[in-house]
Amino acid sequence: MGRRQILAMFAMGLILCIISLAFGGEAQIPTNSSLPWWAWPLILFGFTFVLGIVAVLGGVGGGVLYVPIVGGFFPFNLDFVRGAGLFTALTGALSAGPGLLRRGLADLRLAIPLSVVTSVGAIVGAMIGLALPKNLVNTLLGVTILGIMIIMLRAKKSEFPEVKGPDPIAKALGIGGIYVEPSLGKEIHWTVHRTPIALVLFAIIGILGGMFGLGAGWANVPVLNLLMGVPLKVAVSTSVFLLSITTSAAFIYLNSGAISPMIVIPSIIGIMLGAVVGVKILEVARPKVIRIMVLGLLFLSGLRALLKGLGIWN
Amino acid sequence: MAGLKPTEEQLAYASLLDLGRKIGFIGLVITFIIYLFQLLPSYIPPNELLSYLKLNLHDYLEKTGIQQGWFWITMLRYGDFLTFLPICFLAFVTIFCFLRIIPIFLKKGDKVYAFLSLLQALILLLAASGFLKVGH
Repeated sequence: MGRRQILAMFAMGLILCIISLAFGGEAQIPTNSSLPWWAWPLILFGFTFVLGIVAVLGGVGGGVLYVPIVGGFFPFNLDFVRGAGLFTALTGALSAGPGLLRRGLADLRLAIPLSVVTSVGAIVGAMIGLALPKNLVNTLLGVTILGIMIIMLRAKKSEFPEVKGPDPIAKALGIGGIYVEPSLGKEIHWTVHRTPIALVLFAIIGILGGMFGLGAGWANVPVLNLLMGVPLKVAVSTSVFLLSITTSAAFIYLNSGAISPMIVIPSIIGIMLGAVVGVKILEVARPKVIRIMVLGLLFLSGLRALLKGLGIWN
Repeated sequence: MAGLKPTEEQLAYASLLDLGRKIGFIGLVITFIIYLFQLLPSYIPPNELLSYLKLNLHDYLEKTGIQQGWFWITMLRYGDFLTFLPICFLAFVTIFCFLRIIPIFLKKGDKVYAFLSLLQALILLLAASGFLKVGH
């Protein structure tokens, strides 16, 4: 994506934020529901179960779909949805973490320096997100989700990026490793470069993740893989592990009172069980169709958040 | 640089993470059953909860009388607050894991990573402390 296009997107986002502040007002949630109270956790469980399947098949974390869809189409305030989104991302990372670490795919030496800056960013983001007016948060969420959709649509991936040598920070920290790639039957030696830029980007990713309650796999993987030169498998695995650092922002939501067990627990259980089923049907699924579906969902939920923020579709 | 086999600290982190998440998930299911089937009284009756969850955080706290920070720990006699115990535990698992690997790094003489792990644990503890909260 060219610099001019990024600037144009940024300018567009800024204009939309100003419009939302001027005309948006507090987003209204319908106050009457004919459904009994127990129907909502049940619907949420069913929805997150499907989401867990789609997330695995589409190669995205559940959080990026969870917050805009539940925030846009369920009768819960966005404050509680973002808190739940962080806990679903956290538990997903806790579930996958041990296996990825034991197989040497997620790399602790790579993850620790990045996690320090990400966690600080996530705390700052959570505090900003909870303090901002809801219509502005919805608008920014919409812009971010639509931006993520464009990144996913256009970003290339590199299985084994070429890194001529580690940068001074990576060298000093000894970041790098070896893993066996079964498809090639050989050992892959890897190291990283451009660590200083990556550290800045991970702080920004942390802010966005904390502000909107999103998992950040959509941003972690491109930065690790395309910028730092981490092989794709290690990048994806380390990204999943890094989501456990959303803990820092999750604590802010917990301590601020923005956690409801009626939203959090069915969501966690639904996404976890859905992910298990998703992994099982991964072999027979058609990835292209799933990818189009994920992009469609991102577009719809991003647009919904944006229009909600602007007071057009409440 | 990591070799073909995962490092000692990586395996130690994974083992504690595995144990922690299992305890957390079991706790989550048990306390949610207690809450859902009203085996303990709820602070906010479930049939009224939806009307509160539509409010923004400020109004929600004002109308329910729920206080921020670690207030919930004094309310564990209520089913809804009891569920906070495993939720909070799951959030703490990462902190336990970082604290677990510090002595391993020190044993190896890797002071930089021991410091970074300690720093990470302290940042998470600061977030958990309740000093940083917003919205009321």
